[in-house]
Parts: sequence; C-alpha cells; structure tokens
Amino acid sequence: MRLTSIGRQLLMTIALPVILLALWWVVSADNTSPFWPSLQKILQAFPDTWTSDRVMEDIVPSLARLALGYALALLVGVGLGTVIGLSRPVRAFLEPALEFLRAIPPPVIIPVIALFVGYSGWTSKIIAIALGCLWPILLNTVEGVRGLDEVLVDTARSYRFRRPTYLYQVVLRGSSPQVATGARQALSIGVIMMVISELFAADNGLGAAIVQAQRAFAIPEMWTGIILLGVIGFLLSLIFRLAEWRALAWYRGLRRSERGT
Amino acid sequence: MPDTLLEVHQLKKVYETASGPVEAIGDISFDMRQGELVCIVGPSGCGKTTLLKCIAGLLKPTAGTIRLADRPVTGPPESMALVFQEYGRSLYPWLTVRGNVELPLRHQKMDAAQRSRLVDDALEAVGLEHAGRSYPWQLSGGMQQRVAIARAVAYHPEVLIMDEPFAAVDAQTRADLEDLVRALHIERGMSILFVTHDIDESVYLGERVIVLSTSPTWVQDDIAIDLAPERDQITTRALPRFTELRTHVYEQIQRAKRGEAVRPQA
Ligand SMILES: Nc1ncnc2c1ncn2[C@@H]1O[C@H](COP(=O)(O)OP(=O)(O)OP(=O)(O)O)[C@@H](O)[C@H]1O
Ligand SMILES: [Mg+2]
Repeated sequence: MRLTSIGRQLLMTIALPVILLALWWVVSADNTSPFWPSLQKILQAFPDTWTSDRVMEDIVPSLARLALGYALALLVGVGLGTVIGLSRPVRAFLEPALEFLRAIPPPVIIPVIALFVGYSGWTSKIIAIALGCLWPILLNTVEGVRGLDEVLVDTARSYRFRRPTYLYQVVLRGSSPQVATGARQALSIGVIMMVISELFAADNGLGAAIVQAQRAFAIPEMWTGIILLGVIGFLLSLIFRLAEWRALAWYRGLRRSERGT
Repeated sequence: MPDTLLEVHQLKKVYETASGPVEAIGDISFDMRQGELVCIVGPSGCGKTTLLKCIAGLLKPTAGTIRLADRPVTGPPESMALVFQEYGRSLYPWLTVRGNVELPLRHQKMDAAQRSRLVDDALEAVGLEHAGRSYPWQLSGGMQQRVAIARAVAYHPEVLIMDEPFAAVDAQTRADLEDLVRALHIERGMSILFVTHDIDESVYLGERVIVLSTSPTWVQDDIAIDLAPERDQITTRALPRFTELRTHVYEQIQRAKRGEAVRPQA
C-alpha cells in the first residue's frame, strides 16, 4: 500500500517533465532555425561543452559563490531577524525601512555594489547573492520569532533557561518553520542572483558561459548552459526539501495533529 | 513569623488592553509558610492565573508587593517550577517528551546518568514511562498535562506552583496525581501553591484553602484544613470533617459568586 503510493507519487512527479522533453524532442527534430536547434543537437553538444575543465572553471566557482553568499545571508538574516523579532521597540523602528528595502528588486543592487568593488572578482558577486537572499530570510525570521507562543516563552523564563539554551532550543527551533520558508524563497533568488551577477562582468561562471556562447553564436552550447542551470536549480531545491523534510518532521506532525487527522 | 515563605501584600493587577483597562485582581493579601500546601479556589476569570504569574515573576503587579523567602520578586525565582494551565502550549513540540522533561535540568550540576534517572523517575511518577520517545502532539490532552507535571517534578523545585493541573485527566489518574502531589509535599517538604476548580480536591490536598472573590478580586476566605497529614482517597474523603470542610468551602464560593463578600479593610 505504502510502496505503491510512493511509486504513484514518483510517476506523477516525473510524468510531466518526461512528456515535455519528448514533445521538445519531436517538435524540434527537423527544425532548421539556428536559434532553435533540435534537442538532439543540444544534447550532442553537451559533452564537448561541459568538459571537466569547464566544470572546474565555470560551474564550481558559480556554486561556491552561491554557497558562500547564501550562507552569509542565512547567518546575518537569522541573527539579525532574531534580534529584531525579540524586541518590540527595535521592530517598530526598523520594520518600515525593511519593508521598503525588501521591495527593491535585488538585481538593481549589483551596479551599486560594482561602484565599490567592481563587477569582476568574487566579492561583488558574493555580496550580490547575499543581499538578494537576505530579505526573505530576515523578514521570515522576524515573523517566526515574533510568532513564538508566549506560553513557551514564559515556560523558558520560569525555568530560567540560560541565554544560549533559550536562543537555540526555544527561539531558533520555534521559528525554524518560518526560517525554512524564508530560506526556500532565498534559494531561488540566490540562483537568480548567481546568474545575473555573472552576466555583468561575464568573466567566469555559468551565467558568463551562457552569454559568451550567445555572443559567439554557439547556440546549441548556449542552450546546454540553460538546461544545466535548470537542472542545478532543481537539484538544489530537491536537496533543500530533503533537509527540510528531516528537520521539520515535528512541524508536519504538529500540523497534522492540529487538523485532527 | 520566621518561616514565612511567601508574602503577597495588597496585590493589584490591571491589564492594559486595546479596549481599555481590565482589573484582574483588586487587592489580594495572604502569607504562606515554608513547606505548606495551599489551595486556591475561586470563580472562573477571577484572576487565579494572573495571581500565579505575578508570584512566579512572569507578570509585573500594578500595585502591591510579593516577597519570596524575604526577597521581593522581580523576575522568575530560582528553584520554583510552574505548571501552566495551558499545558499543551507549554510543551516544546520539537522536543520529545523526554527532551521536554530534561531541558530545564540541563544547567543543573549533575552528570548525564543522574539527569536521565531524574527524568525516568518523573515520567514513572506520572505514569508515562513508555511515552518518553513520543512527541507531545502525539499524546492526549491528559497525557500532555502529565508531561508538564513530570517536567516540574524532575526539576526538584522548592516551590511548586500548579494552575489547574488535573483539568484534562481522567478520574483514576487524577486520584493518583493528587496522591503524587501529597507525596511531594510530605516526603520532600515541597511548598506547593495549587489552583483548582474542584472543591473536593482543594480540601483533600490542602492544608489551607484560600477562596477568592469575583473580580475585582480579593481573598474571600482563608480556611485551615485540619485533616491529618496522612490522607487516603477513600478514608479521608469519607470523614465527617471532610464533608464539613467541603460544605464550608462550597458555601464560600457560592457567596463569592453572588458577590456577597466584604472587602477586607487594609
Ligand atoms: N493578557 C491579558 N490581557 C488582558 N486581560 C487579561 C489577560 N489575561 C487575563 N485577563 C483578564 O483578567 C481576568 C482574570 O484572568 P485569569 O486568567 O487570571 O483568571 P482565572 O481565575 O485564571 O480564570 P480561569 O479559572 O478561567 O482559569 C479575566 O477577566 C481575563 O479576561
Ligand atoms: Mg486560570
């Protein structure tokens, strides 16, 4: 019963991608337009485009910058979000400004960052990714910390938990469902920022590789880069969901029991 | 009185709400001795929970003073445990039952084995020795309430404050837990302040029963329960004196509900 339901779920999950790929394959098969090469051609270009050298030069730096920027945003976002969420005066003071900053589309901060550290190099890209990821993490953390049940907080106070215990065991774990929501949104923003930050300087990285291929009229190669980005984005969100599934098992159980099933 | 543990003096608490001030407690004064077991009864909404939260240092009184062991209460005191009326909301849903009971012990000076034994003993005392690995939300309301009690018991406080702790448990478990509270009081000399709705329970458990009036609240009556310290669910409850006392408490509560009480002159 359980195995078959997992099997059915799997089938449901991969059915549409498989159908779309098949459709793409068939429709593009005898395409003569140079801008829409056939899927077959694109796939054939894959091994030559993404040699292990290119993986080391483009994909690894891209992912490393994403990881660093994302980690920085998590650290700062959760830390700052906790401070803001715990203090009503700080919140009242900062919240309007935060809402305004969040409304600014993250890509426009890249030229601003470039004024200080230039377009090329790692620093500007990591800062751009981190700033893009920061807002959803920060604002969701504030929301989660503020929403902590006051009885849980009173319990911690009456048993005189030490500060670190209180911050980790009560505040952080209690707000973790909201933090995860923010982190999930931030991950997709992070991938976008990773690519965009590379488009400006176009020195190395996945985004740069796509632009370079396009400028060189290597259209099938350009398409391989786009497909690769899609796959990477998909895998990252899969990893995220797995981690979330494990870490927030209690939250699912709680929600299920509250709904009374 | 040299062995006074708790002094509540002209306590007043007004909640400031969006729709104006709510006077939860008008003027409450009473003392409690070291090692005493005092029950508090009173009509619903008369401010019992508010009173306990003030004593536990979680709420700041609007006026009046609270002293514990001769020191003013300004924050949650050491060696005090509070079992909240909202038992379900006081358990950490991301921790197992064991984790919940163990968390307050984390900073006490003891090794892991000793801590683990305290948790085992407390869970056994409330009849939940098999539920340690469950999460609170997997348990019934009555079981959750017992987890909250186990957490307080494992903490080994000198002062235990309980806010209607048995409201959700069945009659048989309730009798067992009442005897557990009596045992904590007799064997460990724990000072216990116990809020209940149940008149029989207050007389069975307490050495004193304090009856509160309706809001704005003051102490309507303070009844000494002169039953022997060794109590038994069947024989004690069958005593004529038990019946007299419960009748007395009952009448006081009825008077409180009708508002026929005289405000004490300070
Ligand atoms: N946080 C709050 N803000 C505003 N009013 C409150 C708050 N908490 C309690 N009150 C009000 O104060 C009064 C006393 O509440 P309290 O919970 O102390 O009563 P209680 O005796 O414990 O009631 P019960 O028997 O139902 O548990 C009530 O009128 C209640 O509405
Ligand atoms: Mg109450």
